[in-house]
Amino acid sequence: MKTDTELNNGNVNMARRSFLRYAGAGVAGIGLLGAASSCHKDHNVTPSGTIDVGSGDPGILNYAYALEQLEAAFYTQVIATPYSGMASVELSFLTDIRDHEVAHREFFKAALSTGAIQALTPDFSKIDFSNRTAVLGAAKTFEDLGVTAYDGVGYLIQNPAYLAIAGSIVSVEARHAALIGNLITFGNFASSDQVDATTGLNATNNPSTVLAAANTYLKTKVSARSFS
Amino acid sequence: MNLFNIIEEIEKVDPEFNDRISPRRDVIKNMSSFGSKVALAAIPFALGDLFKKAYGQAASSSVISVLNFALTLELLEATFYNTGMGTSGLVTDSAYIAQIQADENDHVKFLTSAITAAGGTPVTAASFTYLDFTGGGNGTAATNNGPFKTVFSNYQTFLAVAETFEDTGVRAYKGQAGNLLGNQTYLTAALAIHAVEARHASAIRYLRMSKYGATVLPWITSTASGSVDVSGAASNDTGVAAVNANYGGATPENTTVQGGVDITKLPSLEGSTTTVATATAAFDEPLTMAEVLAILVPAFAQPK
Repeated sequence: MKTDTELNNGNVNMARRSFLRYAGAGVAGIGLLGAASSCHKDHNVTPSGTIDVGSGDPGILNYAYALEQLEAAFYTQVIATPYSGMASVELSFLTDIRDHEVAHREFFKAALSTGAIQALTPDFSKIDFSNRTAVLGAAKTFEDLGVTAYDGVGYLIQNPAYLAIAGSIVSVEARHAALIGNLITFGNFASSDQVDATTGLNATNNPSTVLAAANTYLKTKVSARSFS
Repeated sequence: MNLFNIIEEIEKVDPEFNDRISPRRDVIKNMSSFGSKVALAAIPFALGDLFKKAYGQAASSSVISVLNFALTLELLEATFYNTGMGTSGLVTDSAYIAQIQADENDHVKFLTSAITAAGGTPVTAASFTYLDFTGGGNGTAATNNGPFKTVFSNYQTFLAVAETFEDTGVRAYKGQAGNLLGNQTYLTAALAIHAVEARHASAIRYLRMSKYGATVLPWITSTASGSVDVSGAASNDTGVAAVNANYGGATPENTTVQGGVDITKLPSLEGSTTTVATATAAFDEPLTMAEVLAILVPAFAQPK
C-alpha cells in the first residue's frame, strides 16, 4: 500500500515500480520488453533511436498504434495509482477508458502483426498521478489529441476497411474526450479549444503536430516522415 | 492576425484568390492548382476552413449527396434542439444543451455553404413535408402521437430522444466515410463533425447518468447475441426498446470482430481475453444511409 509520501513523490522510478506491480500480461511489454524486442523493425529506427511509423496505410495504422500505446500506458498508470480523492464513479469511468485503450492497442498490434512498430517506452515524469487536476488535464490532452490525430489523417487512408476501423475508434475517443472535459468542468464537453465556435467542427492536426505533443510523453520518440 | 495582409500575400501568388473565396461556383478550382506556396497548417483554423471551401476538390454528385444527407440529419437535430430550447420550462440544463444546439445550427450553416460552394443545392427545412419528433409520422402528416409523445413536455423524454439522436448521427456519419475516401476537404470535414456528434452523445449520456440517475455510460455498451443483431435488441444499451433499430443494422453496436480480429480474444488487464462490454464499447459501428432513412422516414420526417 502506498503511503501519502510515496504517492506525492510522483517521480518516474516510483511510477515505474508501481506500474510493473499492477501491469497485466498484455501491458508488460511497454517499457519492459521494448529494449529487448526483436530487431525486425531496424529499418524504422533512425540513428537517433526515433521510431518511424512508415508509409502508406500501414504507416497510418502504426501511427494510431503508437498513440493507443501511449494512452493505454497512461490510463494503466492512472488506475494503478489513483489520484487522491478519486470518486468511485470516476474510477469506474477511467477503468473503462483504460480498457478501451488497451483494446485499441491490442487490436492494432494484432492487425499489424509483423508490420507493427515496437513497444514504446512512455515518459510520464511530468504528470503527478496523485493529483486529480494533473491527471484529468493529461487525460484531456491525450483524448483531444487522439481525436485530432485520427481526423487529421483520415483522408490519407487508401483502404476503405482501414478507414472504417479508424472511424469506429475515433468516435469513442471523442466520447472519452467529452467525458474527461465534463469531469474537469461540468459542461466542458466540446470546449472552444477543440470545437470551432463558428463551424462546430472538431479541430484536426497533422502527424507532425500530434507527434510533437505525444513525444513529450514518450522516451522512445516517434516520427511520421512520410506524412506531413 | 491581419486577414487583409494574408489575402494580399496570397494574391501575389494567386491573382484569382478573391474570386476563389467568393461563392461564385464557376471559379472554384481544384486545390492542386494552387500549389504549396502557403502552408495551410500554419493558418488558424477558421481561416483554414475558408481555404478549404475555396480550394475544395470539385465535388461529384455523389459527394454532394453525402453532404446533403449529413445536412438532412443536422437539420433534424437543429430543429429538435431549437424546438426543445424554445419550449418554455422544458430544458433545465440550458447552458449545457445550448452548446449542443449551437453546434447543430453551426453544422447546418457549414454544410449548407459547403454544398453551395461545391455547386449543389442544399436541403432546407422546406424540403420536408413534416417533422414529428414523437416518432409518430404516418407518411402523410405528423401525428405528434408517436412513442415519444412527451418529447417536448417531459424533459427526461427529451433527453432520452436526444441521446439516441446523437448516437444515430454518429453512426450515420460513420457510414458515409467510405463514400468520401481520400477526399481531403470533405472527408476531413465529415470526420470533424462526426467527432463533435460523438462528444454530444457522450455529453447527453453523462448528463442523464450523473444528474438524473439514468443507467447509461458515455459509450455504447452492448451484450452478445448469437447471430448478427440486426434488430439491435442486444446492442441497445438505452433501456428504450423502441430505439433498438438505431443500435442494430448490418453492423450492429454489439459487433466484436474488427477487421477480422476478434476483440474478445485479445489480452486485457483482466487476463488473456477482453470482455464483450469492453469490446463493444471500444468501437462504434456505422449505419448505412438506407438504414438511417428507414429509421427516420416516415416516423420522424417525410421528405417532399
